[in-house]
Amino acid sequence: MKMKKISFILNGKQYELRVKPWQTLLELIREDLNMTGTKEGCGQGECGSCTVIMNGKTVNSCLVPAIEADGQEILTIEGLSDNDRLHPIQEAFVSHSGMQCGFCTPGMIMSAKALLDSNPDPTEAEIRESISGNFCRCTGYTKIIASISAAADLMKEK
Amino acid sequence: MEGYSVIGKRIPRIDGRMKVTGEAKYAADYVLPGMLWCKILRSPYPHAKILNIDTGRAERLAGVKGIVTAKDFGGWSWGWMPRTRDEHPLALDKARYLGEAVAAVAAVDEDIAEEATELIKVEYEELPGVFDPEEAMKEDAPQVHDYVKKNLSWDFHMDFGDVEKGFSEADLVREDRFETGRVITGYLEPPAALALWDSSGITIWPSKQSPYFVYRHLASCFKLPLNRVRVIQPFIGGGFGGTKNDSLAGDFCSVLLSRMTGRPVKFVYSMEEVLMTCRRRHNMIIHNKMGMKRDGAITAMQSRVIADGGAYTAIGPLTMYLTGCISTLPYNLPNFKHDIYRVFTNNPISAAMRGHGVTHTRFAAEIQMEMMAEELGIDPVQVRLINAITAPHETVNKVTVQSCGMIDSIRHLANHPMWKKRTGHERRRGPISQGIGLSSSAYLGGARQRGHQSCGAVVRLCEDGTIDYLTGATDCGQGSDTVLVQIIAEELGVGIEDIDIKRVDTAYTPCDAGSYGSRVTVLAGAAAKKAAQDVKRQLSVIAARELGTEPENIIFKDHKVYVKDAPGRAMPFLKLSQIACYSGPGAVILGRGYSDYGIEELDFDKGIGNAGTSYSFTSQLSEVDVDMETGFVRCSNVVIAHDCGRPLNPVNVEAQCEGAAVQGMGQALYERFVMDHGKILNANLADYKMPLSTDVPDIEVIHIPADDPDGPYGAKEASEGAIVSSPPSIVSAIHDATGVWIKEQPITPEKIVMTLKKKEKT
Repeated sequence: MKMKKISFILNGKQYELRVKPWQTLLELIREDLNMTGTKEGCGQGECGSCTVIMNGKTVNSCLVPAIEADGQEILTIEGLSDNDRLHPIQEAFVSHSGMQCGFCTPGMIMSAKALLDSNPDPTEAEIRESISGNFCRCTGYTKIIASISAAADLMKEK
Repeated sequence: MEGYSVIGKRIPRIDGRMKVTGEAKYAADYVLPGMLWCKILRSPYPHAKILNIDTGRAERLAGVKGIVTAKDFGGWSWGWMPRTRDEHPLALDKARYLGEAVAAVAAVDEDIAEEATELIKVEYEELPGVFDPEEAMKEDAPQVHDYVKKNLSWDFHMDFGDVEKGFSEADLVREDRFETGRVITGYLEPPAALALWDSSGITIWPSKQSPYFVYRHLASCFKLPLNRVRVIQPFIGGGFGGTKNDSLAGDFCSVLLSRMTGRPVKFVYSMEEVLMTCRRRHNMIIHNKMGMKRDGAITAMQSRVIADGGAYTAIGPLTMYLTGCISTLPYNLPNFKHDIYRVFTNNPISAAMRGHGVTHTRFAAEIQMEMMAEELGIDPVQVRLINAITAPHETVNKVTVQSCGMIDSIRHLANHPMWKKRTGHERRRGPISQGIGLSSSAYLGGARQRGHQSCGAVVRLCEDGTIDYLTGATDCGQGSDTVLVQIIAEELGVGIEDIDIKRVDTAYTPCDAGSYGSRVTVLAGAAAKKAAQDVKRQLSVIAARELGTEPENIIFKDHKVYVKDAPGRAMPFLKLSQIACYSGPGAVILGRGYSDYGIEELDFDKGIGNAGTSYSFTSQLSEVDVDMETGFVRCSNVVIAHDCGRPLNPVNVEAQCEGAAVQGMGQALYERFVMDHGKILNANLADYKMPLSTDVPDIEVIHIPADDPDGPYGAKEASEGAIVSSPPSIVSAIHDATGVWIKEQPITPEKIVMTLKKKEKT
């Protein structure tokens, strides 16, 4: 097994690590860095639970080989809040009951973040489209859509 | 709600913050030093004798620390009832469905564990399988279990009133065949657990919505006293019944492998394992016969139901029971006969799922009632109003209803702009035809069937006025933790932030059946209320002494206690707590409570009596756009009028109804396992088609208050009714749009196109 050395920025922090060639970015985050906020639902790029932001774009981290993180900048759910201060998207999900079991929530929030970073004033259709790669079985999406819409308003105020 | 500080308020979930930061830990997130990974080898055949298992090569693989097969469990088996203990942790003599667990490996990492399973050599003798429940009932069908003839897993024969007399009195009698689909719960968190066996016994962190089920199973399997089995509940990533109520091969194997290796062992199922092997909803064929008077009044109903039980019994008998016993709601039904057969096949195991049992027969009855009303020229609202029950009500099978918002809910929807536009609107635009459908349903809450009924609470006062609350109930996402904390806060006059709910740890929390049968708010809520009142009683004595009054005059409100009618004579709750805990020997303020609601016996064999404590009622409008050329259906709008007694947290109730309606929509329109001789051809989330954000309708929830006199603050169950009402309202809307009735779920585009073509020909 030939390990490969990679370096990347995750949640604002520089890392240098040796990874297995077949390891996924999700495994790197969860197992090597012990950050378990990013979830594995299907491991096949279908459910979106493992969504993280890599260089400003959402990716299913279960499909991205860890070696591709080399030289990239990655954001996970752990990097969103500023110590005790929740990010406005997190705040909106709490105040609008945008989650039930919470398993899809980190991925859902990362998808919302990527949307609102590029489109601060999305329509409802754009919100729906932006999370169409994230399954949620609990909420029927209704309160998630409301949360993202409220988050857009919060972010404009700030 | 008037007079309450916390109850009935739109309070955000108490677990929200932990869930949005990623801090909430689920079973797969737990690790321990030296931890091994467990992987399971599964049968590639749906029905095969296991002749020999050779683990030699796997054992020699570097990194493999342990391997278990059926013989290591000494023949132990489990099941829902003493006489249905037909399932073994690993297949014993033969595999009865494709994917049944056969062996398990523990290794230093997941990849090695997986590789090792592939090195285990199992010799099988493939047997002819049976995959269709109607085929399985035939004399010469392959037998799934040797001890039952014609694969009969379970049957009920309920007979009330006189159906023949009812049919003879009817002006119209109709018989139809309905079928519900093969669908799965759809939680996103695959089952997982971290298990540790040491000299203190078993400690396990499993993803269970009923942690006390696996607690009992593990004690029984490993012959340990219950106080040496410790189940600690992590956050649960959705449940919806079935799998996460029950135990799994992975639970037993990881515990045994930990005992064998002396190291902690973790398993996490893959989504493919979930879709191939985990418990799912029964697929049912329902032959329904209904009699109706010219004015729409139902005179009798007879159902003959065949359910595909899959390979083992699991909780199937209860599913069968519910299909029948709740058929007598929400309409007056003077004569009712119900024959149901649960049949073993070589398919994966069928069990409980949200809307348990009720969704099948309500779908059939609701659609048939509307078909008959149409034949008789009666409006869908009218036929429901004429048959709807009012409280108090006792059904022909002695189900008693103390509160009922059925008629209110129908009237609300009949006056809703969506329903009003149904008549006289331009329904066709290009190929798109619009339709609107109505349905009604009832669902039981506070299920108390056949033992495992205990439901208690412990409330402990800390000296700084904060409160620890111990419950055996599990929040698997529905928001019950928040509601339970609201109840304690309301009773003690403090804020929800003053209370910490301790999730299940069987070493400390009281035994409980967990999240099933819509029982948490009703039963754990009552227990919480009583435990808080016990604390209140103890503190009132001390407060009365300090404030110079009698204990019964003490009021707890706004973080204070004061004397009734003299709010000036008060002290902060904090001060009272300090006095209670510090003065004299220092009192230990510990409140206890348990729910004793609805514990009367029911006649399980005959289907008589209350399977629940109270009943919710739901009516639903669905609006659909049907593409008449492609058959594609888009459900655009839904309105739910829901009587959950009193919504203790209206946001939670709305959220639950929305989720249930969409899950029901998935079942009605998209979701199904495509199966070929026991093999699932679409065991992945891309092909098994659960609704996405772009598929879901706009949903409005209307609360219909109808307090249950004995529920906590009037509450009943919330939202299981909305998964039951969703399919029939959508089917009815499709009929409104297309003019055709489709009686088999899911209503796929192909079915619509074929049915429309057939209609054109005739």
